[in-house]
Formats: sequence, C-alpha cells, structure tokens
Amino acid sequence: MAKRIDVKDLDIYYGSFRAVRDVSMTIHPRAVTALIGPSGCGKSTYLRALNRMHELIPSARVEGEVVMDDQDLYAPGMDPVDVRKHIGMVFQRPNPFPTMSIYDNVAAGLRLNHKRMRKSEMDDVVEESLRGANLWEEVKDRLRKPGSGLSGGQQQRLCIARAIAVRPDVLLMDEPCSALDPISTHAVEDLMAQLKENYTIVIVTHNMQQAARVSNYTGFFNIAGTGQPGELVELDETPTIFSTPTHSATEEYISGRFG
Amino acid sequence: MLILVVLAGVAAFLLVEAWPSFVAPAEEIPGEGGLVLYIWPLVFGTLLSAVLALVIAAPLAVLIALFITHYAPRKLAQLLGYVVDLLAAVPSIIYGLWGFTVLAPATRGPAEWLSENLGFIPLFAGPPSTTGRTMLTAGLVLAVMILPIITAVIREAFLQTPKLHEEASLALGATRLEMIRLAVLPFGSSSIISGSMLGLGRALGETMAVAIVLSASGGVTFNLISSGNPATIAANIALEFPESSGVAIDTLIASGLVLFAITLVVNMIARAVINRRTDFSGAS
Repeated sequence: MAKRIDVKDLDIYYGSFRAVRDVSMTIHPRAVTALIGPSGCGKSTYLRALNRMHELIPSARVEGEVVMDDQDLYAPGMDPVDVRKHIGMVFQRPNPFPTMSIYDNVAAGLRLNHKRMRKSEMDDVVEESLRGANLWEEVKDRLRKPGSGLSGGQQQRLCIARAIAVRPDVLLMDEPCSALDPISTHAVEDLMAQLKENYTIVIVTHNMQQAARVSNYTGFFNIAGTGQPGELVELDETPTIFSTPTHSATEEYISGRFG
Repeated sequence: MLILVVLAGVAAFLLVEAWPSFVAPAEEIPGEGGLVLYIWPLVFGTLLSAVLALVIAAPLAVLIALFITHYAPRKLAQLLGYVVDLLAAVPSIIYGLWGFTVLAPATRGPAEWLSENLGFIPLFAGPPSTTGRTMLTAGLVLAVMILPIITAVIREAFLQTPKLHEEASLALGATRLEMIRLAVLPFGSSSIISGSMLGLGRALGETMAVAIVLSASGGVTFNLISSGNPATIAANIALEFPESSGVAIDTLIASGLVLFAITLVVNMIARAVINRRTDFSGAS
C-alpha cells in the first residue's frame, strides 16, 4: 500500500498534438499531492496518464516514464488493467453504477479481482470500505437500496469507498468536489486527510483554497498559450508554493491575477 | 389518444366480424371440432415459431450490437450497422423464397444429426422431415427477419451508455468484457427487453415467409424438426382466406382477433417489465 510514483520526461499526445510537455515529478507516498492550474493546462490529462485511463481515447499516447516503486507502468507487456487495479480513480461527477445497490457498488471491484471471496469476508471489506469513506453510519440500514438514491456528496463518498475497497496503492482524484455543495466538499476533504495515512493521493482541483487545505505538495501546471502544450511549472511543499513560489507565473495564479 | 381509438376500432371490427363463429355450432367450424379446437393449434404454432425466433435472434442481436459499439473499428462498425439495417429492408416474401429454396434443404443434414444425437430432448425428437420445411426452419427465417430491429434498438442504447459508468468500471481494473458486464449491459437491459418484444411482435404477425416456408399439418408438438408442424395464425389466414366463405371466414377473423390479443399482451408485459426496472434505472 501507498507507493511512490516517479514521473520522468512525460509527454502526452493526442494524435500529433502535444497536450502535455516534459513533466517530471515525484509523488510521495502517504501524502496528498494537489495539481492546480488554469483550465486546459493538461492537469486532468496528466492525471489520467498516471493510471493509463487516457488510453480510452484511441489517438492518445505518451512518451516518457512513469515508475511506481521501481515498476515501469508503461513497460511493454504491462497490462493497463493491472495498472488500474493498483491505481484507483475518483471522478469529477459521482458515478456509482446505477443498476447496483450500495453494497454491490462497493463490492464491484472486489468481485472483479477476487473471483472467489466468502460472503462474510466480502461483508467485512464492504463495511470497512464504507467506514473508510465515512459513509457507513449513513447507509448501513439501506445497503440493498440503489446507490443512485443517495445525495451527490454521499454518492461521491460511495465512489471513494468503491475505489478503496480493492486496496489500491494510489488514489487519483479528478476534481472530486467540483460537483458537490460546501458541506459535502468538507466531508470529502476530511476523508482525504484520513486516507492519506494509508494511501498516496493525487488530486486535481480548480479550487486553490482546497489545494491549500488538503495537500502536502502542490504542483502548478500552466500553458504558454492556446494550442501550446501544458507543462509543470513547479512542484513543492504546499506552504512553500502558497507563500514563496519560485516562479512568478505561480504567484500570479495563486494570487488570482489570472486563470 | 387517437391511437387508443384506432386500437379500439380494430378490436371492435374483429369482434363484430368474428361473432358468427362464436355462436356457430361446432360442426360448421372448419375441422368440425369447434372454434377452440381450431384456433388452439394455431396459437401454439404462432407462439412456438415466434419464441423460437426470439431465442435465436436476441442473443445474436446483443452480440452484434456489442461488437458494433465496443469492439469494431469505426469504419467496420458503420459498414456492419448499415448491412444489418439493410436486412430490414428486404421484403418478407423474399425471405420466404430464400427459406424455401435454400435454408430448408440446408437444415436437413443438421436436423438428422440433432435427432440422432440430441433426440432425447423433445425439441429434436424427429423423425426429421425430408423437405426441411419445419418449425426449425421457420424459426430461423423469422430470426433473420427480426434481427435488424432488435439489433437497432439495442445498438442505440449501448451507444448511449454513459462514459462515466464505463470509466468507473475501467478505473476499478475491469477488462473490456468486465466493463461491458458492469456498465453496458445493465444500462441497456431495458432496451434489450423492449427490442426483443418489438422483434417478438413482428415474428408473431409475420405472414408470407412462414406461409411459404412452413409445411403445416396441424399437430400440436414441440418437435421442431419433424414434418408434423402446427401452422401459425397469420400464415393460416393468408393460406385459407382465398378459399373460404361463410362461417370459415368468420373463424379466420376470430383467429385474427386472438393474434391481436396476443400481441397486445406481449406489449403490455414488455411495458410492465421495463417499468418494474425503473427503480434501478440510469436516471439518477
């Protein structure tokens, strides 16, 4: 659990268009790394490249290295399905499986990975994951009801429970709170603070206060202009980025002068 | 509203026209066994042929729709979708002729094999028909005919599977097949049912192809490959109508009324099944 990721000289292309240029960074285990930057700067694309979800777009490809604890995620013969089993993802909009109950949603990943698991064992993992996502108390009496009946914030925590049920090494979150109200956002942020005890977390956010609140490290992405590739301007400990950033662009962005 | 009026009008017409056959003495009904005895084998044949067609076509339609939406490269998918749609444009009489001249002889060999090796299943008890114009052949022809409509309905639904749910399953480490099981099939299940019911409706009412292909002798049997096949309502009307008069015509119309009722019930069941699932539907 909680592995470290080293990214080296990563370029991401859509067809012949280079969307992200030359990113190198170390993502520390048991910490929250936040990625901020203006819209269209490639931070979501970059996040998806970490568990190879970008490959769903047929023309997308990467050059460079992503190494998780000495394991090259883009090595030939590396199955993207295996990568995603170890690097879970939570999306912008809550996406529980609508035809499944709350219980089945959490168990979905388990059923994929451990074909034969005893009922009692499954119950335990589902409870543990829901507790881990701070959702157990709210749903324990209606585990068999559809997950789509929950509120948006509850659905998002259900998705987090589903993601951690398979015990990933890393959890990627793509603007997990942008579709949630402030109270639900607070609940999810609290949850992140707990989860980083056991997981490596990378979160993309548009909300700089959020980045300041939840993250240990912050990376700032920027683009030089339309049609230009996005690039990582700098990555440092969050207090440093928000008080004394190295680059002027970072300072301008976090002080709200653009973006 | 207008549709209800039309439906009621059709039902009333059938009832009025069929009425004499309800009150006529049993000897005057063709076959001299009474109305129920005349219509029952037809109902049986209609249901058997249509269900057989559905059992063959529905799984195939799901597979084709899946291939088109999630496996084939875009060019091939377009071509394949076009070809399947084209199947729907072929007139049913052509299917009948094809079934009669090509498919029927071609089923004789397999039918013999089935009766020899799987003869213990009542469906394949045999003895195999020498012409091949059996219930099995009729079912196959009907299956080809209803394949396009079922495929089209299912394909549309599969295409609309929310990307969110596909991504959710893939992010859990699902393979493409597992993603289809977790996200695509549950989302499309109600359209699989409604598409199947549309196909079933068409198979129930199909006239010319069955009239040409099926060599009917009136027995009520589940045996798909023997020569003793029940006719279907629609085909029977088409074959008997030109040579009927008086009460015989009323009897045929009565059988038409039964067919109307069956299709109505099939549609209502489909509706009920779909409604029952809205609890767990994609609307969130």
